[in-house]
Amino acid sequence: MLDLDLTLRERLGMEKIIQEALSGHVGETGGLITGLRHVQERCGFVPSETVRIAAELFNISQAEVRGVISFYADFRDKKPGQHHIRLCVAEACQSVGARAIEEDLLNRFAVRMGETDAADFVTIEPVYCLGLCSCAPAAEVNGKLIARVDGQRIADEVVS
Amino acid sequence: MSKQRIFVPLDSAAVALGADDVAAAIVREAAARDLDIEIVRTGSRGMHWLEPLIEVEVEGQRVGYGPTQQSEVLSLFDAGFLEGADHEKSVGIVANLPFMKDQQRLTFSRCGITDPLSLSDYQAHGGLDGVKRAIKLEQSDIVEVIKTSGLRGRGGAGFPAGIKWDTVQGAQADQKYIVCNADEGDSGTFADRMIMEGDPLLLIEGMVIAGLGVGATKGYIYLRSEYPIAARILNEAIEVAKSNKLLGDDVLGSGIAFHLTVFIGAGAYICGEETSLLESLEGKRGLVRAKPPLPALEGLFGKPTLVHNVLSLCAVPWILANGGDAYAEYGQGRSKGTLAFQLAGNIKQGGLFETAFGVKLGDLVNKYGGGTRTGRPFKTVQIGGPLGAYLPEQMLELPMDYEVMAQNGAGVGHGGIVVFDDTADLMAQARYAFEFCAEESCGKCTPCRVGAVRGEEVIDKIAAGTDYDQNMVLLEDLCELMVDGSLCAMGGMTPIPVMSAVKHFPDDFAPRHVREAAE
Repeated sequence: MLDLDLTLRERLGMEKIIQEALSGHVGETGGLITGLRHVQERCGFVPSETVRIAAELFNISQAEVRGVISFYADFRDKKPGQHHIRLCVAEACQSVGARAIEEDLLNRFAVRMGETDAADFVTIEPVYCLGLCSCAPAAEVNGKLIARVDGQRIADEVVS
Repeated sequence: MSKQRIFVPLDSAAVALGADDVAAAIVREAAARDLDIEIVRTGSRGMHWLEPLIEVEVEGQRVGYGPTQQSEVLSLFDAGFLEGADHEKSVGIVANLPFMKDQQRLTFSRCGITDPLSLSDYQAHGGLDGVKRAIKLEQSDIVEVIKTSGLRGRGGAGFPAGIKWDTVQGAQADQKYIVCNADEGDSGTFADRMIMEGDPLLLIEGMVIAGLGVGATKGYIYLRSEYPIAARILNEAIEVAKSNKLLGDDVLGSGIAFHLTVFIGAGAYICGEETSLLESLEGKRGLVRAKPPLPALEGLFGKPTLVHNVLSLCAVPWILANGGDAYAEYGQGRSKGTLAFQLAGNIKQGGLFETAFGVKLGDLVNKYGGGTRTGRPFKTVQIGGPLGAYLPEQMLELPMDYEVMAQNGAGVGHGGIVVFDDTADLMAQARYAFEFCAEESCGKCTPCRVGAVRGEEVIDKIAAGTDYDQNMVLLEDLCELMVDGSLCAMGGMTPIPVMSAVKHFPDDFAPRHVREAAE
């Protein structure tokens, strides 16, 4: 677990991971964004140290790095819960009850949209279209796409 | 005897409905029965209400079974589906289904039929004819073919492709780029995803031809991160293309180079706007650029760049292979060719229907789409994505045509059609349009950044009945300002869903207490 009270050894280990994830993308078209994605894949989120390391590697200001991280919805500043639900809340899914599913899920897991529950069990985030609009409502649970869902189907996927 | 082939879609929609599990169950069952089979993962036919739709080849025809669940695989084998036998899930010969037969598939002709990663399959179905013709032509002749075709940008704006090609071709620079906008973020659209998953070599061929036409040697596909399956297929297809010299330093022996890379976005709707996309591709925040300069002259890294939507580029190989005139024979007025209409939302038969422009909106919704999925009365349809108009039932008579739709305060957009039944509340949908704009605005210009938030507040006041008349006027005034003052279509077109909802569904905008009293 990467937590606030990291030991020095862990911190150095993480710095090395971030370095490795980023360094291959310096000089590449759009390399900062691709690098940040790799950091997130390795760490589960984009640790704050990334700002300084990326600024040095890409030879840009820390403000620019911070600006990029904050602009894109994909980049998280903390680790998600054990399970990660992305519920589509765009129009096509709304037309077949996405709003009701949203309410159902938030009640089931006692969590707010875009947040992680107190037990770090589940993170629920809105997503604006998964491209499954012909078989809406749609969701992604732990990276798996599911269509024509309801709250129960999503909950089943979480516990499966 | 050769292996019996069973076709199972790898398309995200099919996978989200259980296609991977079905494929695995078929493999297990065949092994248990000691049958020599091969699973071919294809794209989707676009009949998503039948997904997962599995197919077998019988006497040269594909027979389909769907929607198939894992639990039904055993009974399919027992019934003898490998020989095309009858089964409760049999749909018969897939190509003969009315939904398929009535289409004019120019772009999606191979989708759902061929193995997306097989170049020999691709060529056996007409692939590479376009690029081979392009290699024999001068740049200006290629551009001329595109002009003759009347092709317009399929991303939504409908700008004539030939003019763009001409501008990029005529620009002098040491490096030019082809950028494919695959940031398909509009709700109700999935045609880009389907073609990238089902026939990626078509997009590659289209981009190579574009490179040959305008003199660009590098291309990028800007793909949204929400499409992981498309990302995998595209990258594999690029490797196939490289090893067969469709990509590389010497495209099919022409002596001309074209290199292609997939770039994955990071979750920003605004990056579907071409200048924001270019900023993002440069690794920066996706802030919209002011135009001019046009990307055709100063695009990626300040170099001339041809930015096109996936489907614009995917129309190109057919046009080169068959001629611009042949393409222009499809469609009506200034809307030439075909469009891949996407039937989505509350619709019984959701999926993709490619046909020439001029098809009636109502035919797409009712004849092919089968009406609402819930079976409740139809209320409205939103066409062209989140920035598109909500239209009432009487407008279903309209033909899908850029000009006709524009005259009626709507747009064809990317061909997405989202159906709503009578439970839809258009004031809530209008509020959502502002909410979405507030969420996704890049923040560069004030009318969009602030206007969206003010819009939500004004609608909340209207709903509460607070200074009702003044706030209705204010809403219209705000929309006018956003249209006139926004830098790009995000802020400039958010008023379209809002004002179309107000115009066509005024009853939904009565204050909450009035509406509750009426019920």
